[in-house]
Amino acid sequence: MDLTYSEDQTLLSESIARFIQNDYDFETRRRIAASEHGLDPAAWAQFADLGWLGIPFSEEEGGLGADPVAVMILMEQFGRGLVVEPYVPSILLGGRLIAAAGNAAQRERYLGDLIAGRTQLAFAHGEPGGRYALAHVATRAEPGSGGFTLSGQKAVVHNAAAADFLVVSARSSGEPGASEGISLFVVPRGAAGLSIRSYGTVDGLHAGEVALDGVEVGEEAQLGVPGEAFPVIEGVTDTAVAAVCAEAVGIMDRMREMTLDYIKTRQQFGRPLGSFQVLQHRAVDMLITCEEARSLALMATLKLDGTAAERRRAVSAVKAHVGNAGRKLGQEAVQLHGGMGVTDELALGHYFKRLSMIDTFFGDTAHHLDRFARNS
Amino acid sequence: MNIELTSADRAFRDEVRAFLAGSLPPDIRRRVEHGLELRRDDYASWHRILHDKGWVAPGWPVARGGTGWTPMQRYLFDEEAAAASAPRIMPFGVNMVGPVIFTFGDAAQKARYLPRILSGEDWWCQGYSEPGAGSDLANLRTRAVRDGDVYVVNGQKTWTTSAHWADHIFCLVRTDPDAARPQQGISFLLIDMRSPGISVQPIITIDGGHEVNDVFFEDVRVPVENLVGEENRGWTYAKFLLSFERAGIADVGRSKKQVANLKRIAAAEQSNGRPLSEDDRFREKIAALEIDLLALEFTELRALSRQTAGKEPGTEANILKIRGTEIQQRITELTLEAVGTYANPYVPEALRDGWNEDPIGPEYAAAAAPRYFNWRKASIYGGSNEIQKGIVAKLVLEL
Repeated sequence: MDLTYSEDQTLLSESIARFIQNDYDFETRRRIAASEHGLDPAAWAQFADLGWLGIPFSEEEGGLGADPVAVMILMEQFGRGLVVEPYVPSILLGGRLIAAAGNAAQRERYLGDLIAGRTQLAFAHGEPGGRYALAHVATRAEPGSGGFTLSGQKAVVHNAAAADFLVVSARSSGEPGASEGISLFVVPRGAAGLSIRSYGTVDGLHAGEVALDGVEVGEEAQLGVPGEAFPVIEGVTDTAVAAVCAEAVGIMDRMREMTLDYIKTRQQFGRPLGSFQVLQHRAVDMLITCEEARSLALMATLKLDGTAAERRRAVSAVKAHVGNAGRKLGQEAVQLHGGMGVTDELALGHYFKRLSMIDTFFGDTAHHLDRFARNS
Repeated sequence: MNIELTSADRAFRDEVRAFLAGSLPPDIRRRVEHGLELRRDDYASWHRILHDKGWVAPGWPVARGGTGWTPMQRYLFDEEAAAASAPRIMPFGVNMVGPVIFTFGDAAQKARYLPRILSGEDWWCQGYSEPGAGSDLANLRTRAVRDGDVYVVNGQKTWTTSAHWADHIFCLVRTDPDAARPQQGISFLLIDMRSPGISVQPIITIDGGHEVNDVFFEDVRVPVENLVGEENRGWTYAKFLLSFERAGIADVGRSKKQVANLKRIAAAEQSNGRPLSEDDRFREKIAALEIDLLALEFTELRALSRQTAGKEPGTEANILKIRGTEIQQRITELTLEAVGTYANPYVPEALRDGWNEDPIGPEYAAAAAPRYFNWRKASIYGGSNEIQKGIVAKLVLEL
């Protein structure tokens, strides 16, 4: 067992941190978040040039080796920089679903362009009323002449409007909630019958409601074995959840640092806030929370390749912890900043908003506590 | 980065497991397993068995009788020992005064004390806290006044664990009351518990148990050769002692064992016609506890990895102490909750092995409340958790 970074991993972490420091300051982030799709094409091209878009893919898939620890390192730094580019929906969800479920022709068709930064993907899965039940798919896929007709509604699909293709889950048999009967399809954004109502999200990202009104796709659009997509969806979303937890670790650590700086410099009653014991102990609690989140994120990342039960238990452990302890840490960071903590001007509040929304990403604390218990 | 144990570590773990299966006396195992009282003899026999195997002092240099284990091997040993329901090794000799003696003691002290600490012939206790010196340890007042070739010691120590079983006590005493800072006038003395003028009074804790004591010193004459290192430098040795024993401070293995026990109780208890373990609210509490324990485990494993890679240990020991004890207390709290009304009967005899009346309620119920009450000590001893946070605030956060 060795839980320290290799030299390569340390170098990767440093190079991403350098990018954030030099090219992605908070004002840049604010500007990108306010742009039409919440995505800077120049930054995305740079991610491609630096090889970051290929990190989660094997060499056979055209990537850099699919090391989950490298994904964790990248996402932690993205968290520290509060990067808004759609790495999770496009690469970790859309891209990984095609890589995991697609055949050779499909992988070749989509992954090369994706890793080169030429196309964007999204994963249209969650539905209104489905809450966090991963098998709640009511969208139908009816077989027709030479393909399928897709009909249904998809909720809060990140990166929908910028995506060239959407990976859509739809049911060919069974009732919503059944894990059997779910299939995956790759649908061009411009397909007839597909419409997107797009919006910005409270944490500075972009998403949309996707309506599928009799969208016709050919057989070549289907990924993997018909009706048996659920295990793939569960595996890929678990990987994405682990990655988003690493993002949360970066966010939490950065909020902790900002708070520590603040209480060291802010003077009240003629002395720094940080000289008061009651605040010192709260700062220590924040440090402990960050260390524990980091430990669990690492544990979950290293168990992604284990058995399905191990993976579920590990991923749900870190997600529940990040949800619960992260909420507390975020609230503390805002509180210790006093009035400044609730201003739009300060970066801190934007970190708080992103951290808060992470709790809703593929299952909140209660959902993952329950899932952890069922797999223990 | 790699989560798997090396084949050497797996082989080591198997060796430890086999040894424990073959060498831990079944009656001692049973007492630990059921939370029954342990006698001095239980600790002493297990100490001797480990000493015969050469495994009693993993933290010591190999030349002095240590094992040469890596940090990971020490961790695995602790985990296996806890899983097998072995008693802990009393830390006062092996883990506390031993390292101080072999680091700062003179040749005569090393020759006289170290072999008897290793063999378990001598039992030690720790004379640190006083009625007026708890968290503010440097405020201690027990006086040692030089009189020819002896120190004359007067004062009182308190919260002294197993003083009633000990042959010797290592004491922080004030030798210079006029030093500029309170930390500067303290010396480290080794005192024979049979010396005239020492008396031990039990302190009964809220669980009804007797672990700790008051120790009174009245004109106790201690030979000057029992001074460790230099006079008035005792604070330095005391701090060394605190930093020495870091391994296993989180006690993850023991907590894992206790959580397994809690889950067994929750499966046996009925709530609204079904096992308590299937009650959503209780199951969620156990899940949250297990996740905290996983976080603690991997925080410790990360620290071990850094140590193995040759990096300086940070102040993670303070964090591990804080969270380790909070989690231990949470386990006792949930176990008490799981047991329900049969936590009420207070029958101390039921916690003694060999009591041959029928248990009142389920057998596992008797230890739940005493354990919960007793374990409140964990966040208080060894530097209260508030003191630990103060250390982290100062040394890590630079507040």
